[in-house]
Amino acid sequence: MSQTNRLQGGQIDRSKVLNFTFDGKAFQGYQGDTLASALLANGVRLMGRSFKYHRPRGPISSGSEEPNAIVELRSGARQEPNTRATIAELFEGLSAKSQNHVGSLKFDFLAVNDRLASFFAAGFYYKTFMWPKAFWEKLYEPMIRRAAGLGSLSMQTDPDAYDKGFLHCDLLVIGAGPSGLAAALTAARSGARVILADEDFAPGGRLNAETFTLGNTSGAEWAQAAVAELSAMPNVRILTRTVVIGAFDHGIYGALERVSDHLPVPSEGKPRQILWRIYSSRAVLAAGATERPIAFRNNDRPGIMMAGALRAYVNRWAATPGKSVAVFTNNDDGLRTASDLIAKGVKVSAVIDSRADGPAFSGAEHLRGAVVTDALGRLGLHSVKVKLASGEIRQIPCEALGVSGGWNPNVHLTCHQRGLPVWNADLAAFVPGSLPPGMVVAGAANGEFSTAAALASGAKAAAGALDALGLSAAPADLPQAEDAPTRVSPLWYVPHKGRAWLDQQNDVTVKDVKLAHQEGFRSVEHLKRYTTMGMATDQGKTSNIGGLAVMAEMTGKSIPDTGTTIYRPPYTPVPIGAFAGRSAGADFRPKRLTPSHKWAAEQGAVFVEVGMWLRAQWLPRQGETHWRQSVDREVAATRGSVGICDVTTLGKIDVQGPDAAEFLNRIYCNPFAKLPVGKVRYGLMLREDGMAMDDGTTARLAEDHFVTTTTTANAVGVYRHMEFCRQCLWPDLDVQIISTTEAWAQFSVAGPNARKLLQKIVDPEYDISNEAFPYMGCGEITVCGGLRARLFRISFSGELAYEIAVPTRYGDGLVRAMMEAGREFDAVVYGTEALGVMRIEKGHAAGNELNGTTSALNLGMGGMVNKKKDSIGSTLSEREGMNAADALNLVGFEPVDRSKTLLGGMHFINRGAPADAKNDQGYMTSVAFSPSLGHSVGLGFLKNGAARKGEVIRAVNPLANEEVEVKVVSAHFVDPEGERLRG
Amino acid sequence: MIINHPLLGPRDSQEFVYLGDASLIDRPDWQAENAVDQFHEYLYQRTNPAGEHQELWFHEQGDRSWLVVTRNTLTHEITAVELARDVARRRGRSK
Repeated sequence: MSQTNRLQGGQIDRSKVLNFTFDGKAFQGYQGDTLASALLANGVRLMGRSFKYHRPRGPISSGSEEPNAIVELRSGARQEPNTRATIAELFEGLSAKSQNHVGSLKFDFLAVNDRLASFFAAGFYYKTFMWPKAFWEKLYEPMIRRAAGLGSLSMQTDPDAYDKGFLHCDLLVIGAGPSGLAAALTAARSGARVILADEDFAPGGRLNAETFTLGNTSGAEWAQAAVAELSAMPNVRILTRTVVIGAFDHGIYGALERVSDHLPVPSEGKPRQILWRIYSSRAVLAAGATERPIAFRNNDRPGIMMAGALRAYVNRWAATPGKSVAVFTNNDDGLRTASDLIAKGVKVSAVIDSRADGPAFSGAEHLRGAVVTDALGRLGLHSVKVKLASGEIRQIPCEALGVSGGWNPNVHLTCHQRGLPVWNADLAAFVPGSLPPGMVVAGAANGEFSTAAALASGAKAAAGALDALGLSAAPADLPQAEDAPTRVSPLWYVPHKGRAWLDQQNDVTVKDVKLAHQEGFRSVEHLKRYTTMGMATDQGKTSNIGGLAVMAEMTGKSIPDTGTTIYRPPYTPVPIGAFAGRSAGADFRPKRLTPSHKWAAEQGAVFVEVGMWLRAQWLPRQGETHWRQSVDREVAATRGSVGICDVTTLGKIDVQGPDAAEFLNRIYCNPFAKLPVGKVRYGLMLREDGMAMDDGTTARLAEDHFVTTTTTANAVGVYRHMEFCRQCLWPDLDVQIISTTEAWAQFSVAGPNARKLLQKIVDPEYDISNEAFPYMGCGEITVCGGLRARLFRISFSGELAYEIAVPTRYGDGLVRAMMEAGREFDAVVYGTEALGVMRIEKGHAAGNELNGTTSALNLGMGGMVNKKKDSIGSTLSEREGMNAADALNLVGFEPVDRSKTLLGGMHFINRGAPADAKNDQGYMTSVAFSPSLGHSVGLGFLKNGAARKGEVIRAVNPLANEEVEVKVVSAHFVDPEGERLRG
Repeated sequence: MIINHPLLGPRDSQEFVYLGDASLIDRPDWQAENAVDQFHEYLYQRTNPAGEHQELWFHEQGDRSWLVVTRNTLTHEITAVELARDVARRRGRSK
């Protein structure tokens, strides 16, 4: 029979029947149900197994604080572990599975852990580290890893999209219960821009769970009317299914909107979830309160839940966890649960009130001064043992027990900027202490528990916030509401033998806290870590204060003196997918394409990521099956005739102004002041500590106009550095800089036929002969019949070479025009691999050598550091340690046995010396097979290397026990005299 | 965090890149007798205050201004934001 425990009434739509499965069994519920309410209505109390002891568990709450009813939803790629059944909205076809058991939910083989409880007590994990040593790796760790952990992942790619969004408002109202709605109404009616966020799908908070009236209507109806009014206002945005997860600096709040979690599949074009960043001028925290349990023996039996949750299930969802119900309370709120149950026709078998002097209750047997000492029914509660005021023990049959130990204000967000909650003895609870700037707390979150107080404090909080913003609040129009006082007599646990649970999600008992105390872990931070209390996904929302109270009793201190843990974001768990947003897979970061990308792709180029850029790595031709074949061919063709390479990715910085030359003179360690117009110079840039930062060429196009290039990797950092120097160090230098990396498409044209090729492209009025346009010349020209361009005669390959730049949009056209013009020379386009091979053959330093730990002296450019001028890094270059006699020098290496291959990262060891750190002579930075020489070559840093040419040493790789004898040679393997590039 | 840019108004700190202590503005004279020592102090010695701290932020995703932000390292409260160029001039830097 279905829905045996469904009652009359409730805020569910009985016309919309929803079919769902739990552990493969079919059930029915209604629109408006959560998974937990629908299962309870169907008589299912057992929903999961606990983390450590695999104890049978059912829901204890009706909200996001739930520690027990943690389930796996959906299947296939959308399978989602560790969701709370208490907030999972039911939808047609939902499939849910219980978690954390081996075998079935009812017969979990790991339930044996419960029998071994003494072994798994608090701190057992840490003790396994200690003895016996070998057991950790071989036994304990694999066993714990297999047993622990909750749900399982699908291991498939998440098919849904997650978004990030940005919102701005005058007032953010967190929580749409009575105080939040009163705050939102007050602010919205005054014209303020309001965002109202609530984690539930039905705004109203506790108003949806209670029976009392506001004015002439029910609480739920009042909430619906308030939401309707707010929804119609253009200055209000209501975010339902949205939990505010953190209060960050300067009024910024994070919020997770579960846009499509309640649907089988997100609607067309909608994301699954949105992570909002909300910029607010002011915020009202109206997050309500969380009811806390009283610990007693076996208080984790399925069917035992918070009295307020029981009331919510009965009133809002018309679902009762049992036919007969008992209530155990230390405060008046528990009595309200009993009367609501009776009103709904549920049999209340007893009201167990720990207070001997509390108010009288009629309608059910009221046992005053009594406590529950034990609960019976392993897979579902069937009775409780009660110790009466007389000391007599009585067993009371009941299928469910509502427990109320009082309410804790939800102070979490007030703590996110290190605010400390303060103890309120009247409420026996922590209330907000110091608040983040701009935040006001209202309603139950502030310890104002009655509906009337919640409404009034919400309206007042909004009025105060509006006042601070210079807006005047309309007078609040609040309905009459109940205004019962809070009467609570603290009771945290019922002393008894056996285990009484505090933190049900992490299986922490009263005994564990006592053990922590006994073993000296008494500070609240130690208590937390030793017992793992409050460290599960529920972050101890129902357990932290209870544990603190037990520790306070042990130490003989008060609860506030014992302390409280600081709450940190997020308030409830946030899927990693929401943090990632759209930055996943290929969209992880922006992709930058070079101007010749399309052309290169047409040629079948293989691309490589260089920072955000995609560059052609090599361009295979038909028949080439190994990358080396393509790279060797590209090198040979370039050195033999002509090759073209897209070098757009190098940073380009335009430097202009009367002081431009002086500026560059200080940025680079070598002089620039006297560089003639029409000339290019290599520049080495140091950091202030004297280490090489970057290098590149600078062309002087006019007296007051330079174009500087940087390496691809450092383009952003060098620009930032230059702006720092310009604005912070020399604020009155008359110089302007701007990055033009994206503005110009730039190609290297290298090889003996480079000039002949370019002469076919460059317009005839420009003479680029060797005499008119010598090595290191530059100029502004036109190409292809009037297209403006820049030509630089510079060479990275060591060949006769140019770099030609045209406005970016002509880059694709230029590479096609040059390849057409180069047909008669068998011109090739070469990729970054061939570029690298040629620069290694030529002995040019690149990123591997400019690695942040090398100085100008190390790079063989010590002489470039000009001592007659000030430049960044020149002073600290003079430090003694950077000028040691045995400093590392950049030199070349070739294997003695030419058939051997060299490896980057190899370390140099002298012949006959042990290969250890003490005898380290330096390391290999760049290696390549040189097609020009027919063997491997390498560059590297060697102690006093400049004076050791001709020496044979060992390059070792201790990781793989490899070793190659190498000869120290000049780094310039090809054309050491530099004749080719001047030709 | 929100940085109230003196030219552009309040901007999210995500648009900025952080450098560090604004004492980096006070680059020593390279011709001083003990220039190496002074540069060493300048580059490596920092106070690490628990409280008000003047620091350099670069508006990289914005107008490329370097700013001197006075921020309380305990509370993240920002009490002043100035163009670094103005601060540098006030501290006697020119060409």
